[in-house]
Amino acid sequence: MDVVLFFIAGIGAIAGAIGVVALRNPFYSVLSLVAHLFALAVLFLLLLAQFVAAAQIVVYAGAVMVLYVFVVAYIGGQDQPVRPQAGGRLTALAILAAACLFAVLIIATLGSGLSAIDSEGARLGEGFGQPGAIGELLLTRFLLPFEVASFLLLVAAVGAVVLARRRGGAGAGEGLTVAELFRAPDGVGSMREALGRPTGTNAPADAPAGPREGLPTPSGVSTEDRA
Amino acid sequence: MSIGWYLAISALVFCIGAGGVLTRRNPLVILLCLELMLNAANLALVAFSRMHGNGDGQIFAIIVMVVAACEVTVGLGVIVAMFRRRLPIDVDELRALQG
Repeated sequence: MDVVLFFIAGIGAIAGAIGVVALRNPFYSVLSLVAHLFALAVLFLLLLAQFVAAAQIVVYAGAVMVLYVFVVAYIGGQDQPVRPQAGGRLTALAILAAACLFAVLIIATLGSGLSAIDSEGARLGEGFGQPGAIGELLLTRFLLPFEVASFLLLVAAVGAVVLARRRGGAGAGEGLTVAELFRAPDGVGSMREALGRPTGTNAPADAPAGPREGLPTPSGVSTEDRA
Repeated sequence: MSIGWYLAISALVFCIGAGGVLTRRNPLVILLCLELMLNAANLALVAFSRMHGNGDGQIFAIIVMVVAACEVTVGLGVIVAMFRRRLPIDVDELRALQG
């Protein structure tokens, strides 16, 4: 059963990978990558990494691929020739380089002399690969990488917002400071306006004639008037 | 199945991804091929984690997923910015940085 499942998932993963590279339309490439990710999740399950498999499907195939589909739909998936017209020789060289890389990797794997490489793996402890074990590792031994990863996500989100802004975008000669990023655009009401109070600069001019008139004069103002 | 088979699939997927990065010209597809390579590395990490019976490799795989998500976010942001500025969506024609 395991062997059958492994070969089905392995062939699916490789076919999906070839589809990503070989299909002309970027949209089909994305769909092919989704199929590849599902096959890979099956392989993770066979390796008893349940949590990683679930994260793969939810985060990768769910969220990241939807982002890809949105961008492909926005840009418009133009059909492009897989091979460039002029660089046929370079393409052949690139494929040769990839094949050489594969040979090197296989030789390195076979020649590594790892005795466990032909085995099914070590004997496992209780709860290996389950969310409980992963969570315990993340919050004890790997707390620092966990926090750094969350900070990296935050930086990437801010970077994407800066890059994909409507005006300016990447550069365009417009200096962009952090203060400008967080400033409210002109013509958008602030919370003070919504509450019916005068906003920043107008406050001193409007205050005497405004709703304050009926209020009792504070002692500080009266002394100023007398003077 | 022995761990070696998983490593073989990982190596093959990695090389397919590398070939795609070298041959394709659409930056979107190049990003997809980078994803392929990262996933191949993930498969190798999880396979080694199973081989040693140790969960550290799976944590590493999860961190790689986070880094891949960041890379996708920034990369797609760059592509959208290129599209807005009417630049060609083709890495062969974007040679302003080529000395």
